[in-house]
Amino acid sequence: MEKRILKDDNDRVDGILKVTGQAKYFAEYELPGLTYGVLVTSTITKGKITALDTKAAEKAPGVIAVVSHLNKPSAAAYEQEGGPQMKIFYTDKIFYNGQPIAIVVANTFERATYAASLVKATYVKEDFNTDFEKALKDPKAKKLQGQADYKRGIENAYKTAEVKLEERYFLPIETHNPMELHGIIADWRPNNQLTVYAKTQGVKATQGTIANVFKIPMENIQVNSEFVGGGFGMALRTWPLEIATVMASKHIGKPVKVVITRMQMFTMVGNRPAAIQTIGLGANKDGKLTGITHRAYGETSTYENFTEGVVNMAKFMYQCDNVNTAYAIVPVDLGVPIWMRGPGEATGAFALESAIDEMAHALDMDPLDFRIKNDPETDQQKNKPFSSKNIKEAYKIGAEKIGWSNRKNKPGSLIEGSWQTGYGVSVGVFNANRGKASVKGILKADGSLLLQSATSDIGPGTGTGMTLIANKLMKIPVNKITFELGDSSLPPAPSQGGSATLSTVGSAVNDVCVALKSAIAELAANSNMDATANFVDVLKKNNLPSIEVTKESQGGKERDNYSMYSFSIHFVQVKVHALTGVVKVSKIVYVGDSGTIVSPKTARSQMLGGAVGGIGMALTEESIVDHRYGRYINNNFADYHVPVNADVPEIDVNFINKPDPYINPMGAKGMGEIALIGFSAAVANAVFNATGKRIRTLPITPDKILA
Amino acid sequence: MINFQYLRTTTAKSAIALLVKDKNAKFLAGGTNLIDLMKRGVTAPEKLIDINHVPLKQIEQIGNKIHIGALASNSAVAEHALIKEKLPLLSWALQAGASAQLRNVATVGGNMMQRTRCGYFYDTEMPCNKRQPGTGCGAMGGFNRMHAIFGTSEKCIAVHPSDMCVALTALDAEVVLANAKGERKMLFKDFHRLAGDTPQLDNNLKANEMIIRLEIPVNNLAKNYHYLKVRDRASYAFALVSVAAAFELNNNKITDIRLAMGGVAHKPWRLTASENFLKGKEATLSNFEQAAQLAMKDAKGFGGNDFKLKLAPNTIIEALNLAKSKV
Repeated sequence: MEKRILKDDNDRVDGILKVTGQAKYFAEYELPGLTYGVLVTSTITKGKITALDTKAAEKAPGVIAVVSHLNKPSAAAYEQEGGPQMKIFYTDKIFYNGQPIAIVVANTFERATYAASLVKATYVKEDFNTDFEKALKDPKAKKLQGQADYKRGIENAYKTAEVKLEERYFLPIETHNPMELHGIIADWRPNNQLTVYAKTQGVKATQGTIANVFKIPMENIQVNSEFVGGGFGMALRTWPLEIATVMASKHIGKPVKVVITRMQMFTMVGNRPAAIQTIGLGANKDGKLTGITHRAYGETSTYENFTEGVVNMAKFMYQCDNVNTAYAIVPVDLGVPIWMRGPGEATGAFALESAIDEMAHALDMDPLDFRIKNDPETDQQKNKPFSSKNIKEAYKIGAEKIGWSNRKNKPGSLIEGSWQTGYGVSVGVFNANRGKASVKGILKADGSLLLQSATSDIGPGTGTGMTLIANKLMKIPVNKITFELGDSSLPPAPSQGGSATLSTVGSAVNDVCVALKSAIAELAANSNMDATANFVDVLKKNNLPSIEVTKESQGGKERDNYSMYSFSIHFVQVKVHALTGVVKVSKIVYVGDSGTIVSPKTARSQMLGGAVGGIGMALTEESIVDHRYGRYINNNFADYHVPVNADVPEIDVNFINKPDPYINPMGAKGMGEIALIGFSAAVANAVFNATGKRIRTLPITPDKILA
Repeated sequence: MINFQYLRTTTAKSAIALLVKDKNAKFLAGGTNLIDLMKRGVTAPEKLIDINHVPLKQIEQIGNKIHIGALASNSAVAEHALIKEKLPLLSWALQAGASAQLRNVATVGGNMMQRTRCGYFYDTEMPCNKRQPGTGCGAMGGFNRMHAIFGTSEKCIAVHPSDMCVALTALDAEVVLANAKGERKMLFKDFHRLAGDTPQLDNNLKANEMIIRLEIPVNNLAKNYHYLKVRDRASYAFALVSVAAAFELNNNKITDIRLAMGGVAHKPWRLTASENFLKGKEATLSNFEQAAQLAMKDAKGFGGNDFKLKLAPNTIIEALNLAKSKV
């Protein structure tokens, strides 16, 4: 099927491929001689493997090999001292329940699954703790600094403020749960040549990690990841299970495919760590903030430290001379976390944006007025002007669209039968990043443009965005532009994370297009053609089938001169059922302030996805561990509740759509994270407005409303 | 692989004959629960007898009873004109269960036979007296937010997850069972069991029996009814608490009433004391509240599910309110 049939220029360039099943995801590649790997996992939480009986598995029909710490192939980096503690198959230590301890490879998936059940491990068990709250209370448990303490003005100034509050907020573990299960196909061939089909947010990162573990040259490794069925951060690293698959392929000399189970998605590919946060706020009676203190504890593993930006927002979001933050991580015997959409900033914003609402209430102020009153003109943390910021305008648009004037400042005022209505607002903010990337552009005499970069598209519509940037600059129809990605042999680009791809790779696309245009102009001038001549005519006149340019692009001094952030305002209306505690988000209004909107349709989709994820974070999502056993209880889609269609109301997405004058040639700032950051607080604030009940522990399930 | 034999049959008689031949045989209908249980290693039948082609999909009125074949799909029952007209409570309960895709393949008999959704039951590395008698109850002292508050035993606090069965219990349904020799009838409310000392047994179906059909008496409960399911998300979630309420109203006086609860016990929980209290009384909020309190006698929480002690009576009141206000 023709790839680029687009009804209009803003359609996803790969939309038809995706909805017709033609988009090929990693697990769909059929290689000659493909074998199937299934991971055996530890059933204890902490200790050591003393024996591993693989005989029955090895004898089972169709089994090719069982690879474990007993017979692993060489992985040079793991043979050295130091490095990561979780050297898969190079350790007999168990760090958490569900840790991969062996991989069984067979000629069918079913046979491998069965044989994996026959592998019997014997362990020496040790005492363990998977309970983050318990570790936090235990004076003997380790607490590690997660970020340097920050102080501006007086420490803990809130304590002496005219109006003050100090509250504690709890966020449980969440699991990314993209629809597509994780895994990899690894094909290790003679002379240390390796091809992998991966589910990754960074083909270059996957290539680099594997090269580093096996100490083989980067160029020996080809990573393909054209389509990714959702990542939300969990595909930002190469996990032990992927290294295990590469080892298995190296061991048997055949391609091996591993697709993990939904249950294993809870233990092998990270999660959003649990967090406990305390916010202290002080204000004078006129509603000016005089002190902000944000202290956070995040969960991490015992074998690797994980930190994120939980306390960042408190430092600059509101005008306040006295701010201090602290962030520590607390190891427990669970798998290591990883960034999950919005990452730490979403965790932090739940606490801060709830507390801001609580302070507005304490002051008897409208929370919107309170935010506007404390909105800073410049970034007090960096002592720099914002590169662009239109949030007052965003507040105004959103308030009008949600019908903020219907809101009563007194909680529990709007009642209709058994249902109480409430309105809430919150802000999301995230660094407007720009990294370094290269793009190759090939302009052809057939009128087409091919762009290439080793970036990824986990769903936001990278190819579409890049195509639209080129379309605007080159005046080439979108159906004549192809953007290739997800291939490690293409010009390098960073991983897709931190809402930076459009800014980073888009800038390189911009530079390539500018260079191609000037090359054409030069050719035109040299061949006595008009400066406005069509590039096809110019190429033909010069007997050139194509011209080619590669550009590397990155930000410059402007990044030192300005504070660059992307903002979003979330307005929600909720209905709370007083008798049963059921909360329904009944309306959502987004106003994004993220510079120029390059790709309107996919930008809107980012916000829609953020709202769905946000409803999940606010109302339904929680990964539950039985701390007596260290095992997850609700590790499936029936019991881990992501929102379903019936949970998602009308979502009204709006953009300020004004270019940021400094960040990049497009004037576009990132969007992926801000769609989620702060959303859960808007819901909690609306629930408070509806009922007078302040829920500081997510998710807001019926039992918490009734408590 | 764990091999199993797959057989297909087209009559109830031959299905039963195949079943009794083998101790470790199971019927396969929609398979929406059985296949999960097999994948998780909770059960490993050696023989699967596919009964989907047995002609037991009828939905019809015979005399003053509505007959529903054991193999009628949940969707077919929920959407059938006869059910919507005469037993709307059943239709509502079915629509509240699972997802559209599951309802399309899940059958009436399979719905009755589905096993608890307790996480400890499904994880073979965890203790569970229902899965493996004598290993202990993981939920007791563990994660028991979804668990029972009525009729619990020291061995098991799991709940029966069905919505349909709650409505059928309320509607005085009967179930027709057959073995090789003939048929027997049982009140639906007696079909499922409490856990007691034998939590491994969910119901009173004998090993040589097959569920043939339901017979539900036609009633005067099709006007004031409601199935209220309280859950963690708006669809595709098991009930925290659900209530099936239906009554007949004459000049605001309740002349007949049925009340049953789901998500609170090892079987659908009929609220007989509340029914008796409300019979002959005015349909007022105060009476509803008193009836709800009566329903809670002997309720017991286990920590994580303590909120149900409040949620359950509230849900009863709201279900009665909504049944009353139905026009």
